[in-house]
Amino acid sequence: MSTTSLLRLTSEEEALLAGEGGEAVRRAMQIVVTLGRIYDAERLLPVESVQVAGVSYRNLGDAGLEFLRDWAAQGARVTVPATLNPAGMDMRDWRRMGISDEFARRQDEIVRVYAAMGVWPTCTCTPYLVGNVPSFGAHLAWSESSAVCYANAVIGARSNREGGPGALAAAICGRTAAYGLHLDAGRVPTHRVRVRCEVRSPDDFGALGYWVGRQVGGGVPYFEGLDLPAVGAEPSHAMHPEAAVAGDVLKLLGAALASSGAVALYHVRDVTPEARALPDLCPDDVPVIDVDDLAPARAALNADADAIDLVVIGCPHASLAEMRRVAAGLRGRRLRTAFWLTTSRRVRDLAEAEGLVATVEEAGGLVISDSCVVIAPMSELPYRTVATNSAKLATYALGHAGLRARFGALELCLDAAVTGRWPA
Amino acid sequence: MATILRGRVIVAGDAQGVALVSDRPIGFLGGVDPDTGRIVEPGHPLEGESVAGRVLVFPTGKGSTVGSYILYRLAKAGRAPAAIVNAESEPIVAVGALIAGIPVIDRIDISGLVTGQPLTLRGEELIVG
Repeated sequence: MSTTSLLRLTSEEEALLAGEGGEAVRRAMQIVVTLGRIYDAERLLPVESVQVAGVSYRNLGDAGLEFLRDWAAQGARVTVPATLNPAGMDMRDWRRMGISDEFARRQDEIVRVYAAMGVWPTCTCTPYLVGNVPSFGAHLAWSESSAVCYANAVIGARSNREGGPGALAAAICGRTAAYGLHLDAGRVPTHRVRVRCEVRSPDDFGALGYWVGRQVGGGVPYFEGLDLPAVGAEPSHAMHPEAAVAGDVLKLLGAALASSGAVALYHVRDVTPEARALPDLCPDDVPVIDVDDLAPARAALNADADAIDLVVIGCPHASLAEMRRVAAGLRGRRLRTAFWLTTSRRVRDLAEAEGLVATVEEAGGLVISDSCVVIAPMSELPYRTVATNSAKLATYALGHAGLRARFGALELCLDAAVTGRWPA
Repeated sequence: MATILRGRVIVAGDAQGVALVSDRPIGFLGGVDPDTGRIVEPGHPLEGESVAGRVLVFPTGKGSTVGSYILYRLAKAGRAPAAIVNAESEPIVAVGALIAGIPVIDRIDISGLVTGQPLTLRGEELIVG
């Protein structure tokens, strides 16, 4: 192990580090350089875009708010397109969630400070669904583990799992350190996953991700046996209905991999762009994981609780296609439990234009933008047991929100919302 | 007699203080009170000790990335450690120490360090005694 720094900077970078771009940029460069040192990076790379986490007041607290305020006051401004992670509440309709005025005031200030720095203040974990769509091979500094997984795997862009301050620093100085998933060596599969059972419904993909994430930790799994159309960043793929559905289930797969494990990249044979470009991408000598049955994963994701008082769909934030499915399943029904459909502001607006928001609300549910259950101040709210079709949310429910979780298909979740009981 | 250990500079700076040594990782969010500097993680070997002004020695950081901001707040409250010595640094503590102005050195064999020793950090050198 080396005790000296391997990092070599360009003369422009040296100047920024010396403060020639101002104090705010100097601090950003210091953070990026420090991260580069830790990971033995040899150089910095320009980033195409940034996704900034560390938005919910519940997590940031006064310490984080104070830091952001100070940095903004030094003149910190982003120099590349940057989008913001979910906040602790719907930024417009927070009262409907049961959020206190005090929390709302602080949350509002946090988002205003980010906006003052030039971060686009739409708060979502799916930036790739609202216009922050990376190019294949582009270097990014994204935080939000599910979005990192999507960008790396489904689009073939290159990002490590950044922490909040590291991502914001990258947005301000426009650079990140070249290590990990930015390098070809970091993108080679570490495990071959042979899927030998049926994986069809969206919750099947979540259960699979949960199961594999637990076994590979921070590795790079290579899936074989998933029947999906090719995906990628190309507009033709994004627009094709079949590929859009594949994008939805791969979003759920990646979110689960990133929450039960620390996966930031996976490949799917014949489906994801790097696996399509290189048919021999997976080395022969990596460990093999055979998946013959998803029942053990489903059992692990289900708490022993039948009375449901909250149903949540949209973790990660729902796409328009998912909003349509939920609305179709709720039409004409009357809900007994609280029901949250979480999504980005932009997708909500599109859904509203189609009448989908009205359908959900007529049934007694809420469409919540900008926020999610994992980072909202759930301990201040009265819920105990959540039903969801998201393996990510089921994984985090107890630890992050103090909620017991039931996990299953969308149809089961909607039935639970009508009856107040898990339909086992 | 003083011993000199050599490590890797993560956040440059010189500092001295009395060692506070943990053989277990430290998570700052929820693990350290940002107003007092006391370690509050239940069951942690250093529970109840204050990090303020000490040279804090621990293997590596753990827990939420928000821990970085806790270090910043400790510094603003005047309750930050004088320096941090790690076996292997990770981003949460490194970035937090950087924005808080706390020098950090890593790749030090911390197994021989004990609480109460006077430690001096000078560049890549850690002087014990």
